[in-house]
Amino acid sequence: MIELKNINKTFKIAKRNAGLNEALKALFKKEYTYIHALNDVSFQINDGEMVGYIGPNGAGKSSTIKIMSGILTPDSGECIINGRTPWKDRIDHVREIGVVFGQRSQLWWDVPVVDSFELIKDIYKVSDTAFKRNLDELTQLLDIGEIIRTPARQLSLGQRMRCEIAASLLHDPKILFLDEPTIGLDAVSKIAVRDFIKTINRERGTTVILTTHDMQDIEALTERILLIGKGRILLDGSLEELKRRNSTHKTLTVDYTGQLGTLEAGMHLQKNLDGHAVIVIDTAKIPVSAAIAAISKQAEVNDLSVTGATAEEMVVALYKEFQI
Amino acid sequence: MKKYLSFFKIRLINGLQYRAAAIAGMATQFFWGGMTLLMFWAFYQNGANEFPMTFPQLANYIWMQQAFLALYAAWSFDNDIFEAITSGNIAYELCRPVSIYTMWFVKNIAARYARMMLRCLPIFAVAVFLPVPFNLSAPVSLEAGLLFAVSLILGSLLAIAFVMLIYIATFYMLSSLGVRILFSSIVEFLSGAIIPIAFFPESVQKVLYLLPFAYTQNTPFQIYNGYLSGADAYQNILLQFVWLIALWLLGRLAMSRALKKVVVQGG
Repeated sequence: MIELKNINKTFKIAKRNAGLNEALKALFKKEYTYIHALNDVSFQINDGEMVGYIGPNGAGKSSTIKIMSGILTPDSGECIINGRTPWKDRIDHVREIGVVFGQRSQLWWDVPVVDSFELIKDIYKVSDTAFKRNLDELTQLLDIGEIIRTPARQLSLGQRMRCEIAASLLHDPKILFLDEPTIGLDAVSKIAVRDFIKTINRERGTTVILTTHDMQDIEALTERILLIGKGRILLDGSLEELKRRNSTHKTLTVDYTGQLGTLEAGMHLQKNLDGHAVIVIDTAKIPVSAAIAAISKQAEVNDLSVTGATAEEMVVALYKEFQI
Repeated sequence: MKKYLSFFKIRLINGLQYRAAAIAGMATQFFWGGMTLLMFWAFYQNGANEFPMTFPQLANYIWMQQAFLALYAAWSFDNDIFEAITSGNIAYELCRPVSIYTMWFVKNIAARYARMMLRCLPIFAVAVFLPVPFNLSAPVSLEAGLLFAVSLILGSLLAIAFVMLIYIATFYMLSSLGVRILFSSIVEFLSGAIIPIAFFPESVQKVLYLLPFAYTQNTPFQIYNGYLSGADAYQNILLQFVWLIALWLLGRLAMSRALKKVVVQGG
């Protein structure tokens, strides 16, 4: 169980204008600005949940993750994770969590990955049997059996990321923090990583908290999303709920032969070129089936597809709505 | 404890890989040791009685210093640690159930002893067979030999306890370069790495013995060659121990304060 209450964090940042004069001035008198990275952040996450934590760059995602993993001390507020305050009980707390920072590496660079795993085993005092079981399971699920004997520096990003994720799960953590785990990965690796996270969440009941900019991650993985912007939690709800809120419009893409005449109310022709049309439908005014019927009456339809708002569009809409 | 041993092991293995660096280092140290001795020899030609140490004592001091350079060098830092602090990779280290201070301390012991192990034997092997009085000779007594061993280890831990303070200072700075250069030049001078402390004027020596730096390399080498003996030797070893505890406590305190204020860079 994770509980955050009224967490605040401010960073002090030295600032100066460009130019030699300003640089000299800064030697004697530094000017600081204060950035409110987190502003009264509160939420609760239950055991076994999978939560997507989203927001634009600089919104405070990483700061929150760092606070929850005991790295950063907030200025004020409460954070209780499994009965402990992370920054006060750091060593006991981190025993029970696994963390992957997508932009950093925890693997020993010059030695084979499996040596890093052995070191992690000793650090967390994982028993031989548990280690072997976990290693077998993880290498199989992540398909890294072939590569763990290679030094980390010779792995591709996708291979390395899979090893990083395995490394963070060797000690059976109850909570897994993933900070942009799919950053820079190709489609195949992304899918492998997503499938794996789902499996771990389902079979081990590991609580997963995921930050990402990739909406497909969110769509594929999480039921619940937390949207943060300018240091505040703006929205806490399910992805479905969010979709419903935004799904009053559908987009119809049609390839046709013939001529499209005037469309009925609720249908808006966005693009029409050489027998290829994009039509936006307001589902409050006309159901999708009626719209399709109306089109097929006017022209011969060769191909047709209906798309709702993508998660990406919804998030952009949310960002706009909250002006972040 | 086992986890720290594992850090020790992986760092040691890592350190033993660098054979080319070890050979280059050894060559430099032979040359350096030889030149220093020849320089002192020139001075000793004009009245050896005016010097605090006998020439054989000095030769032993210099060769020991070269053989164990890696243990005491104030300029020898673990770049991984600076890298972890400035790049923010320390985030991962903080996510481990280990004391960062102890872990870094252990890593430094491993790195320094790995370097020392690669270099000391060849230096001994050659220095022993140099013509008298330029040669390395056996310790003056069995007692001196044993005290030397104890003092060697205490001194190296003390040197690492200093270096730890530099790592911690890096938390408060964007670049560690300035503080590193300043620190290593001062410490090299005050610890007798450039010229043995015995050669400083009496009044300066009094001050130096009030500082912790005199108890790193000065103590073991001066015990080995018999310059420090009897009660003096024991007293020096006791002071090594006291300073080690003091700096260790200071380091732990400073570390826990630094970690509270730490801002992990980037990301």
